[in-house]
Amino acid sequence: MIQGTGLPVFPGVAIGPAFVHETAKLELPTAWGSAAEERQRFTDAKAQAQAQLQTLLEETAARLGQEHAMILDVQIMMLDDLDYVEAIEARIDGGDSAAHAVQETGEEFAEVFASMDDEYMKARSTDVRDVSRRVVEILCGFSSAMTMDVPGVLLAEDLTPSETVQLPKDKILAFVTRKGSANSHTAILARTMGIPSLVAADVDLSAIQPGDTVIVDGFTGQCYIRPDEATLAEMTAKQTEAQAAKEALEAYRGKETRTAKGRKVKLYTNIGSPDDVELVLKNDGEGVGLLRSEFLYLGRDTYPTEEELYTAYRQVVEGLQGRPVIVRTLDIGADKQADYFQLDAEENPALGLRGVRLCLSRPELFRTQLRAIYRASAHGPVSMMFPMIASLWEVQEVKALCQTIREELTAEGVAIGDVPLGVMIETPAAAVISDTLAREVDFFSVGTNDLTQYTLAADRQNSALGRYCDPKHPALLWLLQRIADSAHAAGIWCGICGELAADASMTNTLMTMGYDELSVSPAQVLKIRKAISESEVVSQ
Amino acid sequence: MKTITHVIQDPMGLHARPAGLLAKAAAACEGCSFSLTFKEQTVDAKRIMGLMKLGAKQGDTLTITCAGENEDAAAASMESFLKDNL
Repeated sequence: MIQGTGLPVFPGVAIGPAFVHETAKLELPTAWGSAAEERQRFTDAKAQAQAQLQTLLEETAARLGQEHAMILDVQIMMLDDLDYVEAIEARIDGGDSAAHAVQETGEEFAEVFASMDDEYMKARSTDVRDVSRRVVEILCGFSSAMTMDVPGVLLAEDLTPSETVQLPKDKILAFVTRKGSANSHTAILARTMGIPSLVAADVDLSAIQPGDTVIVDGFTGQCYIRPDEATLAEMTAKQTEAQAAKEALEAYRGKETRTAKGRKVKLYTNIGSPDDVELVLKNDGEGVGLLRSEFLYLGRDTYPTEEELYTAYRQVVEGLQGRPVIVRTLDIGADKQADYFQLDAEENPALGLRGVRLCLSRPELFRTQLRAIYRASAHGPVSMMFPMIASLWEVQEVKALCQTIREELTAEGVAIGDVPLGVMIETPAAAVISDTLAREVDFFSVGTNDLTQYTLAADRQNSALGRYCDPKHPALLWLLQRIADSAHAAGIWCGICGELAADASMTNTLMTMGYDELSVSPAQVLKIRKAISESEVVSQ
Repeated sequence: MKTITHVIQDPMGLHARPAGLLAKAAAACEGCSFSLTFKEQTVDAKRIMGLMKLGAKQGDTLTITCAGENEDAAAASMESFLKDNL
């Protein structure tokens, strides 16, 4: 049995086979069969790789459109390319193992592309490497986590935002990553999915074989690989117990969200894609308090069109069946981007050209998104909010742009709804001038994760800074009170969509401050409804 | 033997997608071989990597020679494929 400890990001116990997602160097075989046997192994692995790509292609085509699936089709064809296949077979005949032959040939072909004087073709070397790696992984019996045939625990060094969008979410029982922090993308995804997960875990991935039984304890942060019988029995019992506690929360399903003294509070959800709407309904969310827009832009090669954006937003609005949705406009920066944005690398991306700053610097990008959101508002209640606001002029510019677009669409005869406009309060500056901002907008939503990082000058992605990133720091509590007071003085509502909203030990404090809305991961809705119901706040 | 020429119209040149489609179209004519010549390099048009490695761009002229069964029909269908896709 191997034991490890990490930072738990969602409570619960998961038990299942290990899937190790590793981009580290593969261990090639040290012994292999005759040339005839290796040729056969290569042929089989190639067929399996093509089948995997075909599945991925169909999924991608359905999710992102035929255009984006094309590159996978090219990869399938590369595997059939006779130059490539003959080069591999020649190496096998020369005494190489199938895995070595594919690895070396892939590298050789990739080098040719990399040396071409055309940027596009240079980039194709990635495809050759990618497809060769897929075959080598199959030959080494290495299980790529991106294709999971049975439910299991995904272990990885780290996962990038574009990797997380491609994960087979229905198969993942838990995440364990060696890097990351409570606010890294994997952690947020784990909470959205409601699965027990660990980040910053001290687990030696190389000691884990694919298929090893893994237990993740999301209460204590422990994980056990190849557990002994006593541990397995103990953790199975704990899993059952946790399940029972979860069922007890079911009593809060379908109930109105009110404090013990009767004040009505809006309990919304944070989601990242149209697929998550199902989770909102399943977990009894009253609406969406934060619809992230990044999913529409990440994991692809070109900017989404207005039509694509509109279709996705409309899908969310219609899926919610009359429940309100607050769309956050694009929140992308140099640390979280797609290549086609061609953002310059920044020394300090958290303080860089991101969020509304990026949108204001690229008016066409912003316009396309705003038009799509307004068009979707014809199908149900839609609000819009802007990230990374620090100054009054930003709000005024954004509002003017929204007004222009409203008029434009109206002139075109396009139906649009009444779209309340709000701002995210996530910079200390916005919190300080919240009294001024409140006169400009219809609502506030506090992004406590960024507000914490900016107020305390502590990078939320740096796992070494965990205890410095304290969202309950007196400075934060002071700002939170100020934000709520500013909103109410101007007669607008205020909510919280950061991780603090889902901390049940803080619910009473937030209710006392007067917050009108909390937006949490769908899986946390019932827990927070219980906490609100138990909070002792006088009706206002 | 039948020879046709085509000037690339696609602004991206002979990039991955048309190279893939071209290789597929060529492979569909089983009894026929297609060799594609560009700047003194000749490659088998049924092989995608070879096509991509040519690095042919918009405005470049490709020369395709086809030989085998029904080469006239094969050349004609290749010609219309190139017009539609490249």
